[in-house]
Amino acid sequence: MMTSTTLVYLIALPLAGSAILLLAGRRSDKWGHLLATGLSASSFFVGLYQLSLMLGRSNSERPITQKLFEWISVGTFKIDASLMLDQLSICFVLLITGVGTLIHIYSISYMSHDADRRRFFAFLNLFIAAMLLLVLGDSYLNLYVGWEGVGLASYLLIGFWNQKPAYATASKKAFVMNRVGDMGLSFAIMIAFATMGTVSFSGVKAAVDHTSTAALTSIGIMLLVAATGKSAQFPLQAWLGDAMAGPTPVSALIHAATMVTAGVYLITRSNFIFDAAPTAQLLVVIVGAITLMFGALIGTAKDDIKKALAASTMSQIGYMILGAGLGPVGYAFAIMHLLTHGFFKAGMFLGAGSVMHGMNDEVNMRKYGALRKFMPITFATFGLGYLAILGVPPFAGFYSKDMIIETAFNSGGAKGIILGCVTLLGAGITAFYMTRVMILTFTGKSRWDDEAHPHESPWLMWLPMAILAIGSVTSGYLLSHGDALVNWLSPLFENHAEHAELLSPLVVSGLALAMVAIGIAIAFIKYSRNEVAAVAPTDVSIFTTIARQDLLQDRFNEAVFMAPGKVLTAVLVKTDEAVIDGAVRGAGRIALGSGSALRGVQTGFVRSYAALILLGAVALVAAIWVVTQ
Amino acid sequence: MIDLAIQVGQTAKPEATLFWILAPLSVAAALGMLLVKKAVHSAILMAFVMIALAVFYIAQGAPFLGIVQIVVYTGAVMMLFLFILMLVGVDSSDSLTETIKGLRPTAITAAVGFGGLMISLLGRATLGRNAVGVEAANAEGNVQGIASLLFSTYVWPFEVVSALLITAALGSMVLAHHHRIQTRPTQRELSIQRFRSGSLANAAGLPAPGVFARHNAVDVPALLPDGTAAAASINASLKARGDVLNSSAFELGNIDTSVEEEK
Amino acid sequence: MNAANYLYLSALLFTIGAVGVVIRRNAIVVFMCIELMLNAANLSFVTFSRINGDLNGQVIAFFTMVVAACEVVVGLAIIVTIYRSRRSASIDDASLLKR
Repeated sequence: MMTSTTLVYLIALPLAGSAILLLAGRRSDKWGHLLATGLSASSFFVGLYQLSLMLGRSNSERPITQKLFEWISVGTFKIDASLMLDQLSICFVLLITGVGTLIHIYSISYMSHDADRRRFFAFLNLFIAAMLLLVLGDSYLNLYVGWEGVGLASYLLIGFWNQKPAYATASKKAFVMNRVGDMGLSFAIMIAFATMGTVSFSGVKAAVDHTSTAALTSIGIMLLVAATGKSAQFPLQAWLGDAMAGPTPVSALIHAATMVTAGVYLITRSNFIFDAAPTAQLLVVIVGAITLMFGALIGTAKDDIKKALAASTMSQIGYMILGAGLGPVGYAFAIMHLLTHGFFKAGMFLGAGSVMHGMNDEVNMRKYGALRKFMPITFATFGLGYLAILGVPPFAGFYSKDMIIETAFNSGGAKGIILGCVTLLGAGITAFYMTRVMILTFTGKSRWDDEAHPHESPWLMWLPMAILAIGSVTSGYLLSHGDALVNWLSPLFENHAEHAELLSPLVVSGLALAMVAIGIAIAFIKYSRNEVAAVAPTDVSIFTTIARQDLLQDRFNEAVFMAPGKVLTAVLVKTDEAVIDGAVRGAGRIALGSGSALRGVQTGFVRSYAALILLGAVALVAAIWVVTQ
Repeated sequence: MIDLAIQVGQTAKPEATLFWILAPLSVAAALGMLLVKKAVHSAILMAFVMIALAVFYIAQGAPFLGIVQIVVYTGAVMMLFLFILMLVGVDSSDSLTETIKGLRPTAITAAVGFGGLMISLLGRATLGRNAVGVEAANAEGNVQGIASLLFSTYVWPFEVVSALLITAALGSMVLAHHHRIQTRPTQRELSIQRFRSGSLANAAGLPAPGVFARHNAVDVPALLPDGTAAAASINASLKARGDVLNSSAFELGNIDTSVEEEK
Repeated sequence: MNAANYLYLSALLFTIGAVGVVIRRNAIVVFMCIELMLNAANLSFVTFSRINGDLNGQVIAFFTMVVAACEVVVGLAIIVTIYRSRRSASIDDASLLKR
């Protein structure tokens, strides 16, 4: 594998930006955001440069590495802190730095009224650096560092407005639930080390052949747990909705485009493990399918525009996980959907931010309406993203999502049919709730309060939205034209035998479009033909109520994990008080009691002490007398 | 106990005589130490015990230790004791009534047990075992024998003990050192204070004993101008000891002039 | 020739000294009783020396004397110091540990 000396700059530039902004403090208030944006953009250009170099090499020579330093050296176990850039990583690098830079630009304006804008940019740069480390690490341990780094950045940014207790709680919730997933990753690393003796990607890949299926399955399941935590997949999905407490650019960058897709990256990167562990792979598919429906159903009931989009993100990542779980045929499509989703979902989040910006930070869609006239650019970019997520040809989602649906159908047997139906149904529901968002926000009558003065956002905000909208329109075609991405990534994955086609691509597209049309139609009938109440109606069906409560995910967590946990801690506290404190206090009491009892001996008179010494001497002599008898 | 009685009398003849005279005396003296009221008497009895022990040392072939015992213990240590007794008050006598309840019976019971057990143990250890005697060891002289041991086998403890001795000397100096808090009053100040305090009777200081008396001795009180004896002129210690002569015999009115007339 | 009678005397004197330490209140008398105990021990050493036929016991007795001399010097200094501040040589008066 070729070595490089320039990879480190990808990470070093944003990391330096973060350090400068945090260390320089208020002195950098004036220029900090510009520096951060500049460094993020520089990192993007380094990525482009690496891509150009990579394009100039033949397929087998494309991956490059850079050893930074020897990190751990214990006996024969050695881990270097080194970076690796291959065909998969470069996709992520460009997505992270590209979308990241756009969101930096957007944030300059979006956060301009915030006193802590510099800190915000420092955290954004920290996130970029950590995310790049995640995708560039050449071993699971290096990946783990980045994995924790993005968790930290996510925590800091969700709780950026931590003066509001609810937001601080949301950040804590995200952090704690992520910890559960992180435990999975650390277990996976430990199992890998115990069974294979190595944790580098190349080493593990080479060791897969002579490792038991049980070990591989357990590693795979642990990696899946990690992925569900970071990517908000079932059953660790509950934090994503609350994570919308963070500023909207954060939601766009971290909780839509990049960080939440780290789970997909992890599974795709570990393809050699999942290919050898069918049970784990099946679990991945199941998790993806459940989350896909879960997110879509939650999305139908949310009135908060950001939470609706967050539910949609959860659902779309469900698609990606499902795709990645389908094995070698699905990896490339999962990555493709990840990239296109990065464009259109980030664009829509930025659009939502733009709407909020114009509506005094109102997030309730029932208080919107008829914004099309006031925010034409936002409407246009949001609309393009909308068409992309629906999968309307020729927008990006059409290429990526239909590929996943098609692969699901063709994965064979009953599993294929079930998965295909789920993905199709998910597409229909997606169409329904996204149409609902569009109608409630941009069309119909205005329902906003008198204080709201909706206006279009400044160019610094709509420019990134426009660029992302262009991406939403074209990225699907560009990536799938001539199987560009599939061929690009193919050296990384096992070659596979083609499944027999159950349904032809044309039929799948037709079915998907039909489902989408049905979804749109229902949404139109429900929200466009009827008046929309400015306050959410309460006399709704039990299903709506449940969906509004995020399908009871929090209640489930509280009942299954929190309540027993509370009981356990209560028991532990009682045990601590009764047994441990009791033992300590008891020891004290024994000492105190014996002290009180023996206090009588302490007369303070030297002579009585001397008498005691004499008695002791008598006892000693008596002992000698008895022993020498 | 019969064994014990047999064993005790088995020292060689002249030494046995010495032992049987001195040992009961020293035990009696030791017991007396506990029973007399005055510390001075205790000290004298102690000195007797020590001299008796010195005799025993010499009798047992340890003439060097015997001499050292007399010089160091009876000479230096007991002198120190007496000196301190003088400082603390030679006339003080202790009450022998016990103030701590149950201490005396406990101590005596324990002591009887201790002594009995010790003697029983010693008897068990030495029964039927004849002493080798130090004649061989003392062939070149007792002092030479001890010296050769002291400066070969025991040279290191010897040095340590010398350091201990120096430390003890320094320690006693530190303990005895009196740190003056105020400046010493001058003679003038003392004199002013004397005249200002109470009556003028003491202003001139106490009368010296023997003044105007027929006997110029410390135990004879001075005579006041009116011919009566001045009790304050006698040291309180002498008075406490009862060593004061009856002063009335020396008062002017009672002088027996017949003696002089006879001359 | 059996020297056990010296040992019995030594044990008696030691016991008497121990009793004296416990029952006498005058610090100086207590101190003298301690000296009596040391002397009793010395007598034992000298007798052991005789029983064993070498001079080690005598050397140990010699060391005991030196240590006893040190002890007397320091102990009497302490008694004087206590007397100077309390005007009393009774060891029962120095019972501050209780209060």
